[in-house]
Amino acid sequence: MALPSSRRSGFSKKAQYSVFTGYLLAALGALLGAALLALSYWQPGSFAPLRGAASDVVTPVGEVPAAARSGSQSAWDVVTGYFNAGAQNARLREENAIARIRLAEAEAIAEENQRLKALLDLAKGEVDPVATARLVGSSATSARRFAYVGVGSADGLVPGMPVRSPRGVVGRVLEVARGSARIMLLTDSESVLPVRRAGDNTVAFAEGRGDGLLRIRLINLGLNPLEEGDVFVTSGAGGYYRPGVAVAVLSEITPDGGLARLIADPSGTDFVSIEPIYESEAVAASQVGGANELTQQELEE
Amino acid sequence: MIDRRARPLRSARYRSSGINREASPLRALTVPYASILAGSLLPVLLLQADVMPLSPPLGFMMLLAWRLMRPGLLPIWAGVPLGLFDDCISGQPIGSAVFLWSLAMIALEYLEQRIPWRGFWQDWFTACLAIVTYILAAMALSRASVSTPLLVATVPQIMVAAVLYPLLARLVSRLDRFRLARTRRIG
Repeated sequence: MALPSSRRSGFSKKAQYSVFTGYLLAALGALLGAALLALSYWQPGSFAPLRGAASDVVTPVGEVPAAARSGSQSAWDVVTGYFNAGAQNARLREENAIARIRLAEAEAIAEENQRLKALLDLAKGEVDPVATARLVGSSATSARRFAYVGVGSADGLVPGMPVRSPRGVVGRVLEVARGSARIMLLTDSESVLPVRRAGDNTVAFAEGRGDGLLRIRLINLGLNPLEEGDVFVTSGAGGYYRPGVAVAVLSEITPDGGLARLIADPSGTDFVSIEPIYESEAVAASQVGGANELTQQELEE
Repeated sequence: MIDRRARPLRSARYRSSGINREASPLRALTVPYASILAGSLLPVLLLQADVMPLSPPLGFMMLLAWRLMRPGLLPIWAGVPLGLFDDCISGQPIGSAVFLWSLAMIALEYLEQRIPWRGFWQDWFTACLAIVTYILAAMALSRASVSTPLLVATVPQIMVAAVLYPLLARLVSRLDRFRLARTRRIG
């Protein structure tokens, strides 16, 4: 079907002018968009108040579907669990036996740990989280990987704070508004996290790839000592994350390290806790040069 | 005494369409914009796709669907305010949707002057072209470091978006009927 003729301006000067104005406004809008884009490239933080105001409004709305989503996830788990019950039962019994042995070992290690800590006079306990919140939204359409939580500067959040779930690291706080915050997840392609292999001190960087996997890049190149199934934990370097929190499991080996799967998969995470920055002095010292993005700096080095 | 006449039985049947009803101007004006804003909001709130970009850009697709189904209803500059809202919540740098949505509106206007015929398959083809271009351009503008794995990760998103467009076009035609339903009583 051809275009309806009513949309042609014809000989009417008024109609012609209004069509022209429309084009003009649209072109100006595109230019405005390009200018805004250039500004947000040049000064990434300049629109934080605008985004913050929007997310302050949106995140309370998001609490409801987030609650429903975790409910529906558990309902699905119930259904699949019903079908897998037999095999799961046998597997769990086996795991239980192994876990008892490991528990005894862990008790012994804990005792030794306590003794050594007493020797060193390091009576540091678990860190109290700044806030606990539900992940209420995510950048599901964008190529970046962000999530939103319904707590903000009113609850004591500052940018850079590590975010973790009971399983391990989820990401870190990127932007804070009054009642909401934006979290950069580990899988974001701009996220870099210093890690080490649990068990020894093979240090590496865990970079997000944007598709759900982390790329583990060893700092000391040479013979690749990694094996599939290696667990990586935070090393504490950089000062943001406290050391020893689980990050990822290696699933594939590459010449300079490997690919790893997240231990704390954010899509299966309901509640997260936001912890204080581990060594704020170290973070402050690393920012003396004026670089506001530690990750960028580390990438270039 | 004269009894009061009973209400005519037919009135119930004609409640939604009668000679003394007309479309509510408020509804006629707001429905397209509200549905596009809802399209921007929905993937952010309802989908917890934290490992890869999975959800089609519903806001942009609603804009496309309205533009292709009802040409002339949205002004050409409609991409500016709607894109700004999308930018605020989508995680893209501010300005990316303002820029891309405006360009899309101008491009569609130009395309329509060049190729004035329309039809289901042609609309779908146009929409697919626009969606694929938009997703790739948005990725390039998102400050993410574009790598092969990231490109591979967007393939499912593009496929879902392409398949979803006809459904959204259906939804838009339903919404258009709702928009122009004669509900306001005059006289």
